[in-house]
Amino acid sequence: MNRYTKLTLLREIIVWIAAIILLSPLYFLVNIALKSRTEGVETPAYMPAMKPTFENFAYVLGSETSSTLYLGLFNSMVIVVIGVFGLIIFGSVAAYVLVRRTSKFSKVTFYMILVGIVVPAQLGLVPIYIGAQTLGLLGSPAGMGVIYIAMLMPLSVFLYAGFARALPTEYEEAANIDGASKLRTYIQVVFPLLAPATGTVATMAGIIIWNDFFTPLIFLGGSENPTLPVVIFSYVGEFNIEWNNIFSVLIIAMIPITIVYLIFQKKFIQGFSGGIKS
Amino acid sequence: MSGSLEKTATTSPKKSGLNRGPGLKPGASALKHKSLVVHGAWWWAFPGLAAVLSVHYVATFLGASYAFTDFTGIGEANFTGVENFVRLFSDYEVMASLGNTAFLAIGFLVATNIFGLLLALALNRGLKTRYFLRTVLFLPVVLSSISVSYIFKYIFAVDGPLNAILVATGNPDMQRIWLAEPETALVAVLIVAVWQNIGMAMVIYLAGLAIVPQELEEAAALDGAGIWKRFWHITMPMIQPAIAINTTLSLTTGLKIFDQVKAMTNGGPFGATDTLSTVIYRNTFEFMEYGYGAAISLVFTVVILIAAAIQLFLTRDRGVNN
Repeated sequence: MNRYTKLTLLREIIVWIAAIILLSPLYFLVNIALKSRTEGVETPAYMPAMKPTFENFAYVLGSETSSTLYLGLFNSMVIVVIGVFGLIIFGSVAAYVLVRRTSKFSKVTFYMILVGIVVPAQLGLVPIYIGAQTLGLLGSPAGMGVIYIAMLMPLSVFLYAGFARALPTEYEEAANIDGASKLRTYIQVVFPLLAPATGTVATMAGIIIWNDFFTPLIFLGGSENPTLPVVIFSYVGEFNIEWNNIFSVLIIAMIPITIVYLIFQKKFIQGFSGGIKS
Repeated sequence: MSGSLEKTATTSPKKSGLNRGPGLKPGASALKHKSLVVHGAWWWAFPGLAAVLSVHYVATFLGASYAFTDFTGIGEANFTGVENFVRLFSDYEVMASLGNTAFLAIGFLVATNIFGLLLALALNRGLKTRYFLRTVLFLPVVLSSISVSYIFKYIFAVDGPLNAILVATGNPDMQRIWLAEPETALVAVLIVAVWQNIGMAMVIYLAGLAIVPQELEEAAALDGAGIWKRFWHITMPMIQPAIAINTTLSLTTGLKIFDQVKAMTNGGPFGATDTLSTVIYRNTFEFMEYGYGAAISLVFTVVILIAAAIQLFLTRDRGVNN
């Protein structure tokens, strides 16, 4: 039915041209990172690197600023892991209980949690800041992870609830008849069945936390534990125009997320679109 | 292609979808039967609930209450009534940022949706390389907006690629210092934000297009409906849920633009790229005027809620799917 006609070929070519134009900024990114400082200054910006070199990478990974770069990488990873685990554990049980229980209380609670998705975080930031300070959560990656768990909880509950609602109850009943406790039923029967939703929550929350700049700027800015986006921001500052070095830093920062994306790309795209579908 | 249709038909009842068509009722009814077991204990929801309550409710209401005080974080907060609001409505910076925010939000909404839908339509069926193209076009979404902003800061720089290309193509007098001129800086910010989010809109539209049965389009084509007619009368109504999601998402994202401005222009030149988010940040966390910052935040929150409500009303499901 779908014959590959000349028209299809034309469409394919047009989309390719559009894609190349759209992705050209990434060409500039890699190109400048591979040019030496002198080549970068002497040749036009669009010209491909004639003498590609890794000296910029070697410089940013070896200079005195590199320790903050490693620290940022490490902190970002710790925060993502803590945040994602918390969102999976607490989000999945909350959604499951609220979806399965039919009382009015659980319905009201559920919608109350969902409202949290729409309300912007700005208003609450100063109180959260003061609260985190009182609890000693400020400036530490673990504390930042806890803050993310709370901030992204509505999203996690929303994604899990959409999936849990469509899950047949027969499996749980069978486990119940076999004498499994509520907790055991949940851990061994329900949670594995929620795996697709877990994948969605992990990818979406992981990306949001990894790339978030605003929250760590406020909570970790000026602390000894910045995340990667904050490290990049302070590295570039307002006046740094050594693009060859800046872009090497950007590429180093992009490598982990790009590798994860390319490995799980199907899951990512399904997660972002499918989570919304359910 | 009937294979893919069957696939949608069998998977959609599981997804409790937006489109529970009439043919899928039997599958859905199995879910409705009254369960015999008690599922979990209510207190399992407590940690999640407590987190939401404290961060999204208590903190937000506390923050809103600062809006009526002169709180600075140190010492006592005095009740000042609506003083902060009177001040903000005569604050040139805030009013200018309100206009910039509206420009960015509307531009962002329109551009991401048009480009996202066009790419989704192009990549929906037929092309041999469609899966590859989807993967690479979605890539910007997973990159950090700070990194992306710096790439574009370079592209728009005096000695950057954009000016170099203008010179090379014989248009040297079109060169500009794009981020330092008020007329172009805000558009540059918009371009960066749109560039990064087209892929997101694209995959949501692709998910929406996947449920449009090809047979329906072919039948219409046989009846003589042209490409435009088919798009307006078949595709558009059926991707209504995707449109609603995409417009909601892009509107709220557009209203909150912060990273791109902070990284590329820091609000300049002369406030030409200031958004409500950057003004709130500056007043609250740089000038430490918690009370005044909270007042702007409160206005910002109300703007977002009103915009979201209007938008939800405009794109509400008018019953085409039922």
